[in-house]
Amino acid sequence: MIPLGPLPAAVPPSWYLILSAILFALGVLGFLLRRNIITVFMSIELMLNAVNLSFVTFSYVLKRVDGHIFSFFVMVVAAAEAAVGLAIILTVFKNRQTLEIDEVSSLKN
Amino acid sequence: MNYYLLSMIKTAIVVGIFMHVLAYLQWIERKVIAHVQLRVGPRRVGPHGLLQPLADVIKLVTKEDILPSHVNKVFYFLAPFVAVTFALISISIIPFGPEITVAGVRTNMGLADLNIGVLFILGISGLGVYGVALAGWASNNKYALMGGLRSSAQMISYELPMALAIVAPLLILNTLNLRQIVNGQEGFYWGFIPRWSIFMMPFPQIFSFILFLIAGFAETNRVPFDLPEAENELVAGFHVEYASMKFASFFMAEYANMVTVSAVATLLFLGGWHPIFPQQYGSGLIPVLIFAASAVLCFFHAANPARPFDRITLPVFGVLFLGAAGLFLIPVVQPILLPLFWFSAKVGVILFVFIWVRATLPRFRYDQLMRFAWTFMFPVALINLFITGLLVALFP
Amino acid sequence: MDTILFLIFAAIAVICGINLVVQTHPISSALSLVGVMGALAALYLLLGGEFIAAAQLVVYAGAIMVLFVFVIMLLNAGTEKRLNVRPLGKYLGAPLLLVFFGMMAYLIQKVMPPSSPVVFGAFQGGTAAEIGKSLFTVYLLPFEVTSVLILIAILGAIVLARKEVD
Repeated sequence: MIPLGPLPAAVPPSWYLILSAILFALGVLGFLLRRNIITVFMSIELMLNAVNLSFVTFSYVLKRVDGHIFSFFVMVVAAAEAAVGLAIILTVFKNRQTLEIDEVSSLKN
Repeated sequence: MNYYLLSMIKTAIVVGIFMHVLAYLQWIERKVIAHVQLRVGPRRVGPHGLLQPLADVIKLVTKEDILPSHVNKVFYFLAPFVAVTFALISISIIPFGPEITVAGVRTNMGLADLNIGVLFILGISGLGVYGVALAGWASNNKYALMGGLRSSAQMISYELPMALAIVAPLLILNTLNLRQIVNGQEGFYWGFIPRWSIFMMPFPQIFSFILFLIAGFAETNRVPFDLPEAENELVAGFHVEYASMKFASFFMAEYANMVTVSAVATLLFLGGWHPIFPQQYGSGLIPVLIFAASAVLCFFHAANPARPFDRITLPVFGVLFLGAAGLFLIPVVQPILLPLFWFSAKVGVILFVFIWVRATLPRFRYDQLMRFAWTFMFPVALINLFITGLLVALFP
Repeated sequence: MDTILFLIFAAIAVICGINLVVQTHPISSALSLVGVMGALAALYLLLGGEFIAAAQLVVYAGAIMVLFVFVIMLLNAGTEKRLNVRPLGKYLGAPLLLVFFGMMAYLIQKVMPPSSPVVFGAFQGGTAAEIGKSLFTVYLLPFEVTSVLILIAILGAIVLARKEVD
């Protein structure tokens, strides 16, 4: 358990993984609870960031650079996904005039 | 000396000098534009208007700080804060000179030495978009919103040719550390041509330099790309709802961005603090000559002055310039002052080009501006990068 | 010193993450996400990933989030309407979440094999030179495939955002 005594001089890597897990859980929370499509999208980005932190932490533990490379690819894919996703959101907004996902529930207007 | 104490002293010196440079940059701009337009510029407050920045600061600070009722208060306060913070952070990694020894303490002339200095500068200039976008949005005013969105779209469109123009000399210099970049431009070809990036074989980076300067004009919202914030367009754009000190912050951010772009152009392309011709041919005497010539000019104009006031102030300036010339002759301070002089001279020349262009060129229309970025600058930057890479691979 | 830096940036990241979920206006959520990315960039620096930290600032915080902020400003999305949460969810939700986080932290601590603590400067393999070497030799195929992916994304965004010419 996280010790309640004096603070250690340096942090074990498991603390970084715990932070990554907390951020991922917050991302899932936002994804499930929020109804504005852009906020849902941003929760997905938060989940991707948490995973990036995990990759870089393990890259530190195993003393290899491959975790950084994978994190780089995750960033590239997130950029491509954000671009196309926001274009789709703009198109949906043009057709339905709303950004709440509960109201875009039927195929035909 | 204690590392923290040394860092604090260096930070205090750099921040002090930088703030004065920002204030007097506005004086220089007004004087230069005035003389280009055949008028005189500010001349009443202090000799030749030299106390004008002080008067401006007092005016801006004592003006009423209006908080309109229809703005989004959190972002209205946050936007100038963000703009100024990111504009001033970039100065912390710029190296001003080589390693020096002052009173037994060895230290680098520069605040921080990052291994990823170039990427940090690109990142901070990308984050600077937030100040403008938030200011436009928070003002709850359609003109401000249009101005803010146009300005941010312009800034991110020109980030791409700027990044490509930065990568081209990095292919030759092989490092991202700003201090190593300047160290790589040391030396002379055939004894007298300086080995700066714009002269460096296998491919002199003159096109990258021009592309970087044009992108720098667009990034800092200066003429000819200043449509989003000009006074007679869109009712002054994104800062229309801002009053005294917040308005001053946006202008301070703009001048700080200008200085950052000029400093990065100097470091990457013009060889940083290295002199134009070698030390043994007497390049240590150039600052002495320049200051002595200015002193002679002051004394000459004091002899037949345009105004009776000048009979007193011009000789004082002449004596100050002679003192500065003498300072460059003392061998103890020469290793500190000479690199600083060359760095400041190059940054000053680029800033003068910024001001000169403002006085001369008309501004682009917004669609012309964006078309110029995407159909001209971006392909030219790509072709430049391709040719540089090809030549570096063929002739290592 | 490493501990204090980790705690400060981890606290900033978690607070901005909670702010992202709790705020009603999308633009406050967007700026909180920028805060999370900034804090994570500082944590990457502590873990020796200097190139990834710079890439996070340039790509994520400086380009992707600017795109989000633009879209939110253009669509003029207002605040969300309050969801009617049943009292069971409102009063049990946060404590259960904290219990879940506690269990997760304990499990991760127990399962993770013992390794040296994270000291700034202990991992020197994250420089741009190392990443370049790895990216262009071992991971060359994924690198080229991502360039095709970005091209597809650009084409998709342009086609979707184009005005229909009637």
